[in-house]
Amino acid sequence: MPNRHGMPRRDFVKGATAAAGGLIVLPGLEGLARPLQGMQPGHAPYVGGAAGYVDPVVKELLLAALDAARSAGAEYADARVGRYLNRRVSTRERQITGVSDSESMGIGVRALVRGSWGFAATDALTRDAATTAGTQAARIGAANAAVERAPVRLAPVEAFGEVTWRSDYEVDPWDVPIEDMVALLLEANDVALRQNGVGFVSSGVHFVKEEKTVATTDGTIAAQTLIRANPSMDITAVSSDRSDFASRQWVVYPQGRGYEYLRDSFTADAVEAWSEDAVAQLSATPVDAGEWDLVLHPSHLWLTIHESIGHPTELDRAMGYEANYAGTSFLAPPARVLGNTRYGPEFMNIQGERTTPGALATVGWDDEGVPADEWAMVRDGVFVDYQTTREQAGWIEEQTGVRRSHGCAHGDSWSSIPFQRMPNMNLLPGETDHGVADVIAATERGIYIEGRSSYSIDQQRYNFQFSGQVAWEIRDGRKVRRLRDVAYQANTLDFWNAMDMIGGPSSYEVHGTFYDGKGQPGQVNAVSHGSPVARFRGIDVLNTGRR
Amino acid sequence: MQRRELIGASLARVRGASAAPARPLSDPRRGLSEDEARALTERILGMTTADEARVNLGSGWRGNTRYAVNRITTAGEATDAQAAITVRFGRREATVSTNRFDDASLREAVHSAERLARLAPEDPEMMPELSPANYRGIEGYAEATASLDASTRAEVAADAIARARSEGMEVAGFLEVDAGASAVANSNGLFGYHPSTGVDYTLTVRTADGRGSGWAQGGHRDWSSLNPGVIHSRAFEKAMRSREPRPLEPGVYPAILEPAATDDLIGLLASALDARRADEGRSAFSRPGEATAIGERILDERISLRSDPVGLGSSPFMNDGLPVTPVTWIDDGRLERLSYSRYWADRRGAEPTGFPGSLRMSGGDQTLEQIIAETERAVLVTRFWYIRSVDPRTILYTGLTRDGTFWVEDGRIQYPVNNFRWNDSPLTALAQVEALSRPVRVSAAREVPAVRVPAFHFSSVSEAV
Repeated sequence: MPNRHGMPRRDFVKGATAAAGGLIVLPGLEGLARPLQGMQPGHAPYVGGAAGYVDPVVKELLLAALDAARSAGAEYADARVGRYLNRRVSTRERQITGVSDSESMGIGVRALVRGSWGFAATDALTRDAATTAGTQAARIGAANAAVERAPVRLAPVEAFGEVTWRSDYEVDPWDVPIEDMVALLLEANDVALRQNGVGFVSSGVHFVKEEKTVATTDGTIAAQTLIRANPSMDITAVSSDRSDFASRQWVVYPQGRGYEYLRDSFTADAVEAWSEDAVAQLSATPVDAGEWDLVLHPSHLWLTIHESIGHPTELDRAMGYEANYAGTSFLAPPARVLGNTRYGPEFMNIQGERTTPGALATVGWDDEGVPADEWAMVRDGVFVDYQTTREQAGWIEEQTGVRRSHGCAHGDSWSSIPFQRMPNMNLLPGETDHGVADVIAATERGIYIEGRSSYSIDQQRYNFQFSGQVAWEIRDGRKVRRLRDVAYQANTLDFWNAMDMIGGPSSYEVHGTFYDGKGQPGQVNAVSHGSPVARFRGIDVLNTGRR
Repeated sequence: MQRRELIGASLARVRGASAAPARPLSDPRRGLSEDEARALTERILGMTTADEARVNLGSGWRGNTRYAVNRITTAGEATDAQAAITVRFGRREATVSTNRFDDASLREAVHSAERLARLAPEDPEMMPELSPANYRGIEGYAEATASLDASTRAEVAADAIARARSEGMEVAGFLEVDAGASAVANSNGLFGYHPSTGVDYTLTVRTADGRGSGWAQGGHRDWSSLNPGVIHSRAFEKAMRSREPRPLEPGVYPAILEPAATDDLIGLLASALDARRADEGRSAFSRPGEATAIGERILDERISLRSDPVGLGSSPFMNDGLPVTPVTWIDDGRLERLSYSRYWADRRGAEPTGFPGSLRMSGGDQTLEQIIAETERAVLVTRFWYIRSVDPRTILYTGLTRDGTFWVEDGRIQYPVNNFRWNDSPLTALAQVEALSRPVRVSAAREVPAVRVPAFHFSSVSEAV
């Protein structure tokens, strides 16, 4: 077990009840039912991992649920108690438009009965309710088993006993007075409003804190605390005769950090630059549609990576499990495409991981008790592996030789069924340390794009269209003028194989999203994508202006 | 799953702490009863010393069954209840929500809201809490929906799976049910309570070789109004017919949009109807000077768009307690109303409308089949996918077609064609309409027709099936 990146994984305790690979046997409850020292009425049991121990009350609930599921016929079960906190502050111009806090707590149980899954969840945190949920999950599994023909088989995983983990934040946003957050946002708004031509500005922040403890019948109880921050700002310029308007949005991207990330995001210099982007957009030159070389900054390219590499490499999707909603994948069937698909040039390497400190999908353990992993998905331009859970790893073991799950199981709430979600996926930097300026300098005629904007891709991830926040025309190695109404369309493999230059470590940045949607019912997942700057030859550019 | 106790006392028992005695939640599939909701909101409102306060309650049960690759992949159920507590001191406001209802937890949530509100700067746009209103009783709860348990849902899935196995197809589907009640109450004595149910069912049928794909959908408040067998047949038929698509160049074509596709365009239009953005000069409906597009003909004159909460069984109140009223947004193609928040309505001397929901679009008296039968040439679109804004100035969006795109000529579907990416705006696409079908209920709160339009902008080919 690696201790990941020096993160304190305090008090690794091999639980006495967690025999390797075996069922967690429910011990006598009397000893566990006593309240914690110092617990006050109205305060919930501690569900997170930051304190370095597994709360006995939480453990009691989890074991009751697992025991009930086993008694009702489950060959495997996992249970999660979760406490989810959200804080949102939003402003426009010189006023506040919303302050809200939310808390949701409950327990969800997943049971595998004769190879079929069942799930039940309740907000009632009592031993009886946990037992009922465990039983109900197994009953639903049994109802589904009646239709089953291909039973689920889980990849093996080590029993880790009782373990804890916390993400890499410095300042817990719940320890910061809300007035500090508001003052910071209004100050940033003020900087924007002082710029000539800026008519409107809104800003906000969304903090999430997840405290969750998962227990599996394979012998792991993992308590974790995750904090992440999503600052936002939207600056709008309106022309003096009201005939036109333009916005600069997505100025920064969410990170798995605490309050410190908001504090560092909205410097006066940055806000001034974003304001100028908005105002200058009104007088930017409409792009000439046609073939262009594109120089894409990491603040833009991460979303193209997410959509055209992240989603098609979800194994459940490739196998047809998401056919009714998100769709399937052009990267199928696995036996044919693994090791045989040239995604891009030799210097293209895509890594999946849940280990980078401060990245959004980074965890200690996933929702099936699998430790975080790091693995190659595209190696030297060739597609070599998918994203997997314990249910999925065996489907491609023959091709990949990988027996373990890559640890991609995630449920977005105590009431959501965990399933395969995207890990952090990164385009690794090239060996030569080209910066953004170097790539622009090496480009004769092209368009340089920063920031995410419109994005759309088909249900098998071939055809996509993206646009950015800021676009510049490049002539003879220099940025010569701002462009507007720029969108590019391409086919995934054509696009990545048109990549002919890649930045080095100094141009590498990590961006991402709080709200990647997948599944039915829809669940969100927060995920980061690191990338250097990169150049793509001869991409089809549209002019989307229609006025 | 039974929820026998309110959460608070239960927690207290686990912890050995003291709290208010639990009262039974009589039926989790109804959520909180009206009496329970009233008692809970009174309990919460009694805890605050704020100038004004409001409680929004949501409670109930959700169940779903999901299948794919001809097997049930997941199924689950959950019960929950959530209270959002908004408190105000003068013009300072904050909201805290929690799903823990013991006295101590509620007190902590109320105090936390009060603390946040005191810290928050004054909001010059704050509107005072509303006075009590008489809400009309709207029937939105159906027993047939609330009793759709895991076994019944599995039977629906099994029917589709059996058919797929016997026809050599691969099927994926999702059946989702919710049942419960919502309530709003404030410190002026306003109280509203609304029980409701909803069910949505979709399935995708793919041919074994992955070269054909069909989709069908049904949504309603009442499960007994849906016929899963008919929905299945539609998806299977689409899949069979969509095999071996022929190439069709991108371009501007006449198009028949099935109700699911029309519904997407109407949704995009509805979200652009905000009055404030129009007044502030940052909307497709802004006009030079102080003007807006009110009164202009923006769509074909056969198109009207109305909010009809009663007919569609929607909640009679909005989140802030404002009674939901029928609103005509577009009348015979003319823009009648933009949507006003309470604040903006007050500023502009208009009636507040809230966001356009529970939408009904006008239609004709034909069936989709009759429209096809009288069509010379058109692309028939089953549904759209991955729709994203490209330019808010023109409500220009991009998206794709999916799961059944066909070439219609001489009154019949001739053959399947490749899917397309499109770039178009509801204002352009629906500026002229040649035919409208009878409106179809596509979801719990939406009813729209299929339409034939003379020009739709398909901008590139999508190889995806």
